[in-house]
Amino acid sequence: MQVQIMFFGQLADITGTPELILHDIPDTDTLQETLHQLYPALANIKYAIALNKKTIQGNTILSGDTNIALLPPFSGG
Amino acid sequence: MSKQTGNERYQRQISLKELGESGQQKLKNSKVLVVGAGGLGCPALLYLAGAGIGRIGIVDFDLVSLSNLHRQVLFSVNDIGLSKSMRGGDILGQINPDIEIEVFNQKLTNTNALDILSGFDIILDGTDNFASRYLINDACVLLNKTLVYGAISRFEGQLAVFNKPSSNAEIPANYRDLFPLPPADDEVLNCEEAGVIGVLPGIIGTMMANETIKLITGIGEPLLNRLLTYNSLNNHFFEMELLVMPDTAKMIPSDADAFKAFNYNWFCNLHSNFELRHEDFELIMNEKDIQIVDVREQGEEPAIDDFTHIHIPLSHLKEQIPDIDAQTIILFCQSGKRSSSAAEILSKHFGKSRKIYSLKDGIAGWQKNK
Repeated sequence: MQVQIMFFGQLADITGTPELILHDIPDTDTLQETLHQLYPALANIKYAIALNKKTIQGNTILSGDTNIALLPPFSGG
Repeated sequence: MSKQTGNERYQRQISLKELGESGQQKLKNSKVLVVGAGGLGCPALLYLAGAGIGRIGIVDFDLVSLSNLHRQVLFSVNDIGLSKSMRGGDILGQINPDIEIEVFNQKLTNTNALDILSGFDIILDGTDNFASRYLINDACVLLNKTLVYGAISRFEGQLAVFNKPSSNAEIPANYRDLFPLPPADDEVLNCEEAGVIGVLPGIIGTMMANETIKLITGIGEPLLNRLLTYNSLNNHFFEMELLVMPDTAKMIPSDADAFKAFNYNWFCNLHSNFELRHEDFELIMNEKDIQIVDVREQGEEPAIDDFTHIHIPLSHLKEQIPDIDAQTIILFCQSGKRSSSAAEILSKHFGKSRKIYSLKDGIAGWQKNK
């Protein structure tokens, strides 16, 4: 099972990559823990999570190949 | 003059069969408010005025400066130092004298927002700070107004249509369904710090005008309950569906009085290390849905009767977490050390679902400065 993770805005600056592939992640809480271990600065930033192009709230099971988008708020205008 | 030139002016868009004379009439009958005549607002205003929106409102309290001109395309060097809303209104009037332009040369606040927004059908958010964005979103929810949202950061933009009342009684998504709470002020860079190429707000602001025209004329598929992101470096568009979250409704002030009592500047300008400054503490201590918690041990002096609070000693905090039910929690102790540890504990427990603060320098520091 493959999880494709897309980072938007300054999240991509933190990770140094706009995209990352992880394997065998059971749910979004585990995904966040894994990402926060890989990139500790991510833990201090608020972002929305979309699973297969739909926003989610709370822990969500990941099954099959999935696309995750992590999106920080933008304030500029 | 205006009647004769009217049809000719709009001829190229009326000849689109999807729009036609009836679409033009809808544009003429519509009232659109643009908050912020900046990088997003300028292109949006130019196209909305050009399209013949019957009444356009502009809210901005700022003055034109030289560093604005690379992206704020309404203005020229002759306008430096002039009010953006007033000068912008003049320029739009020269582009299209057939429309009405209402200028609000003031900062949008929670005391004037409901009055200003209620005179318009659609609101465009082209502001540059989170306090304004949350304020505009909440006001649109309270007033049932459609909000066309645009925002940028460096090379990326976001675009969405929030809160469009629907005929089938479904609750529309709003900004807080996407971002329930604002980031701390050190999490995000503003345009000044982050930089921006003028074209990006030009693209996103123009798309905001396009969504507005689609909403009014009923053509196409506006971005209802969807968020579009655009990356100007690689031209990638990414679209996602926004779900209405169960917790959103209770985060938004429930009525006009609650809205006017909500301190948006404070809500959006806090540091991430939990520390609450004395002046902010005094501003918010009497607001609704706040719990102030004394985490000192039983019997510690001085006893506090200056404000309502509950008492949960740090040593019992973990067991008594269920006693804390407010959305915003302010912890205090003698010097600020224990309340800061308490904030860490609560933050681990609640994650980002609550706003948690520790009174700077404790109750001793606060009383000394009072």
